Amino acid sequence: MRIPRKLLAWSFGSATVVALVAIGSARLAPALAAGPGRALAGPVTLSEILFWAIALVTVAGAAAVALSRNIVYTALGLLMALLGAAALYIYLSADFVAVAQVLIYIGGVLVLVLFAIMLTNRIGDVDISNVSLGWVGGSLLMVATLPALLAVATKVPWPSRPGPMEVTTARIGHALLQQWLLPFELVSLILLATLIGAVVVARKELKAH
Amino acid sequence: MSNIGLPQFLIVGAFLFAFGILTVLTRRNAVGILMGVELLLNGANVNLVAFDHYVVRGITGQVFSLFVIVLAAAEAAVGLAIVLSIFHTFKTIDVRAADLMRE
Repeated sequence: MRIPRKLLAWSFGSATVVALVAIGSARLAPALAAGPGRALAGPVTLSEILFWAIALVTVAGAAAVALSRNIVYTALGLLMALLGAAALYIYLSADFVAVAQVLIYIGGVLVLVLFAIMLTNRIGDVDISNVSLGWVGGSLLMVATLPALLAVATKVPWPSRPGPMEVTTARIGHALLQQWLLPFELVSLILLATLIGAVVVARKELKAH
Repeated sequence: MSNIGLPQFLIVGAFLFAFGILTVLTRRNAVGILMGVELLLNGANVNLVAFDHYVVRGITGQVFSLFVIVLAAAEAAVGLAIVLSIFHTFKTIDVRAADLMRE
């Protein structure tokens, strides 16, 4: 069981790297072939290289979540994926969402997940490796899903005129208190219910003797 | 930035979503399954913000993604509380072992 899993992880990882390098070089090759004298489709800029690096980190983190054998490495892969997604939000002029992602996901959810791992596993126990079964069904569904999503992403002629890069925090605040006031208040109720519910579920039962 | 458009962000979102599906389906560890759900929500969030920037050009998608982030945090809190409760009852967090709703 060990060798096929490691093989699967390496093949997934190398396939991802090859795909990203291929996409990147497909952009790079016309620019190099056209030569400096001709009009280019657009030179490879620093922000573009940064984007592909961030995308690589994000996808590699997601792959680590799905494929790593140690649950702690899974949590660290989730950290990489969440950080990469936050960086992508900055590319999309969503600065407030990026900061909220770092604060809530990495500062809150990930720490909570790490606490749960430490509380439910005996360190040094065999139990800390997360046993995985059902690779056939999982891989089949992934193979069925990923090409469809990628085809939709690349084949459909999306409108690709980006919006303005500007600070959106003030506009989000106005929208939350005008257009989205009811959902905003409902979310606060949900958070209160979640807080009470989590305490009730997780506390130890005190039996009256 | 001229060569980076909506499809590139959608590709990253698709990879996040696909690996999330793989995680949810193959893990037997309850915490691992929760991490897969976080990955799924993040893939959807990347798509929301990308469509908001390139198609809508407003902030509706960003507000929606904020709601998703908050609800994901709430889901993680309740889910991990349930995981701790399962661990107290069954002494393991293997989801195959938790087949009773009472002690």
